[in-house]
Amino acid sequence: MGISDARHLLNRTGFGASPHEIGDFSKLSHEQAVARLLEGAVTEARTPLPDSVDEYLRPARLKTLSEDEKKVVLRRQFQISADLRAWWLSELLATPSPLTERMTLFWHNHFVSSQQKVKSARLMARQNMLLRRHALGNFGALLHAAAKDPAMVIYLDSATNRKGQPNENFAREVMELFTLGEGHYSEQDIKEAARAFTGWSLEPETGEYKWRPFFHDEGVKTVLGKSGNFDGDDVLDILLAQPATAEFIVGKLWREFVSPEPEAKEVARIAKRFRDSRYDIKVALGELLLTPAFWAEGNRATLVKSPVDLVVGTLHEFGFHTGDPLPFAFTVRQLGQDLFAPPNVKGWPGGEDWINSSSLLGRKQFVERLFRGQEFMETMRPADGMQARYEDAAPAWKKRVATLKEEFGKGGGRMGEEGRQRLIHALQDIHFDADAWFKSVARLGSSAAAVMLPGAPAGSIDERASGTELIRALALDPMYQLK
Amino acid sequence: MQRRDFLKTLAGGAMVALSPQLAFYAPRVFAAPSAATGAYEKLLILVELKGGNDGLNTVVPYADAEYYRLRPRIAIKREDVLQLDERTGLNPALQPLLALWQSRELAVIQGLGYPDANLSHFRSIEIWDTASRSEEYLHDGWLARAFALSPAPASFAADGVIVGSAELGPLAGAGVRAIALSNPEQFLRQAKLAAPGTSTRNEALQHIMKVESDVAQAALKLGNAQYAFRTEFPKNEFGNTVKTASQVIAAGGGVAAVRLTLSGFDTHQNQPGAQANLHKQLAEGLLALKNALVEMNRWDKSLIVTYAEFGRRPKENQSNGTDHGTANAHFVIGGAVRGGLYGAAPPLTRLDGNGNLPYAVDFRSLYATVLERHWGLPSARVLGGHFEVLPILKT
Repeated sequence: MGISDARHLLNRTGFGASPHEIGDFSKLSHEQAVARLLEGAVTEARTPLPDSVDEYLRPARLKTLSEDEKKVVLRRQFQISADLRAWWLSELLATPSPLTERMTLFWHNHFVSSQQKVKSARLMARQNMLLRRHALGNFGALLHAAAKDPAMVIYLDSATNRKGQPNENFAREVMELFTLGEGHYSEQDIKEAARAFTGWSLEPETGEYKWRPFFHDEGVKTVLGKSGNFDGDDVLDILLAQPATAEFIVGKLWREFVSPEPEAKEVARIAKRFRDSRYDIKVALGELLLTPAFWAEGNRATLVKSPVDLVVGTLHEFGFHTGDPLPFAFTVRQLGQDLFAPPNVKGWPGGEDWINSSSLLGRKQFVERLFRGQEFMETMRPADGMQARYEDAAPAWKKRVATLKEEFGKGGGRMGEEGRQRLIHALQDIHFDADAWFKSVARLGSSAAAVMLPGAPAGSIDERASGTELIRALALDPMYQLK
Repeated sequence: MQRRDFLKTLAGGAMVALSPQLAFYAPRVFAAPSAATGAYEKLLILVELKGGNDGLNTVVPYADAEYYRLRPRIAIKREDVLQLDERTGLNPALQPLLALWQSRELAVIQGLGYPDANLSHFRSIEIWDTASRSEEYLHDGWLARAFALSPAPASFAADGVIVGSAELGPLAGAGVRAIALSNPEQFLRQAKLAAPGTSTRNEALQHIMKVESDVAQAALKLGNAQYAFRTEFPKNEFGNTVKTASQVIAAGGGVAAVRLTLSGFDTHQNQPGAQANLHKQLAEGLLALKNALVEMNRWDKSLIVTYAEFGRRPKENQSNGTDHGTANAHFVIGGAVRGGLYGAAPPLTRLDGNGNLPYAVDFRSLYATVLERHWGLPSARVLGGHFEVLPILKT
């Protein structure tokens, strides 16, 4: 398929692509390449979950603590949530199947739960593993599993949805956002479905899902024209039987992989195949990646990179050596994509919404600093003291902490002294070999611009620029924000 | 030997944009924007109470027995209410607003809403942001449409500045110059990386290049964004938001509208503590905002308006919280406001089939009032129809 198509496919299905990977894929046909990506899907993360993340703190415990004890616990929780984010960033960087991670992130932004409300890092991590396990599996199985996932039970208030005292939160969102899409159900359907979902709950001591028959409404419910003594799983099956569900999911996949504006006819065709396959996600993706629209010139460079695309993609594309990925967890958060904490149940809106005046400047600052290179080492060295306590630190050190705070938002400041040291050491580990990268671009018979950008640069690039200077100029071009 | 590019994201270093000393030389006397700036000499400050603030526990119908019947656990006790009159009072956490009520600079509007209320956060805030009808989908925000029809002076730093959120809301739309920022000093430093490029037909690319050029213009005009206020700003998230907004206004580059956001009002569970905390932040922040505007000689020509996607259901839920509702109470504050109660007290015995309140005042009436009475602009084209103007401003 050649270099340009290979670059396109890898950037859309993964996060960035190295010249070497582009070369590999350029020798395949479209069909071979898509088959290779789908066959390469995995169901488990290769990065082991940090022990700290697997601790379970019963949510209500906080109330019984004194203010001082609470502070200690909250700080610990903040560090654990940083560990959780760093864990996923590690996996995003190390995975043998970037498509698996892209789909895991896609489902995270579909079956949204946020640590802001769920609190427990363990439950968020387990939800993430669940999403990965089903990422390219079966959508019906995924829906049933995600609906009863403990983080979801907390996030959409299912545990407080009881017979006689319904809480409609989950019933509404499962129709509006997870399956049918707005306009395909009535307020009455929501009320009735909420009754069917009663009884889904949690075991507070362990955070495990628990069925509580005593809270379940055993009456007859009518949902989307069907009546019966339904439970939650029955309602999910009713939603899966609606053609709107397959179209809704395929439309969303289209906007993730192909272009901001789905073609109705193609979506309907792929949705039918998806439904006929009983919701095999690989079938939908395979169809989508082989539609002419996916490869069309007019759809190149039409999607805005998400913060994860930009950060993980850049690190991957240039073969950056990274140690502890913690700094990048703060970077993507600063740029508007705090992993495990989407802004609301609708998820990150994405597309052009990624770019406003503050996020665009943050994005440029990230790549600018990443490629600024050697000269910075010198200014950093004198500040590399061994001060143990912030209060005793030299002014240069304090200034550095201030910069750190700016770079990583408020989070950096809440990491504590140990956390700050960790961030600083992590940042010192980041480097890449520009010469080797240019050599592999040359071996590919391509240019830095053709590998880095999905289209011609929008600004003027100094023709004399070379080395990291050239990379920096291309990375600051508006076209670098697109994929 | 291979050359390796070590990098140092951390060092940042170049804190060159503004030396703190410069702030001392900032003019102590603020020149009001000249008459040449026309309508937008007057400033609009919108405050979004994101998540859907519970209006019934904000502006409390404390004399209504139905209120206590619907909310046996979470109602604000009669003896705790800050009484505004013999049947309406404020949540006690809003204490700092009482001073504004007493100086008759606070208008309280009850029953703001729209027909066929939508109970989804996203859809309902979209309706409020775009000033659409319930079943109508509009792309541009209502302020963006106002600026498209009656442009702010090209010399302004921006039409609107957004603080505390990355979503542009009422300022979203083609052609509007909206800047979202969290910290003006940082903004100026980073703005050096933005450079307007050539034109293109690729929409995503076009968007990015427009943002670049907006940034370049705003940076040029906000050069003096470190005014040392005498006003003390609360040391919490909303206090920082208010402080940033005040600095943007003080910079004097010209801004017509500012939108602030305070999040966390989606109180499905354990509402009382969470809402009290938010109300305290809100009230302290609004008072600081007033003090800053007074300090800048802008108070008489500024209007502060709160809004949210919806109010919450009158009947409390099983989790000591409230579910999504409809009509809501909001605040309008400013030196030119005619303080008092407006709209209608919540008719708690006339709830709809979902147990929600009917609305008394269309939210577009509030917008029409802002457009016509505050800015002196026609409102019908912006709002897609004529909406009655509320008598909340001194003429």
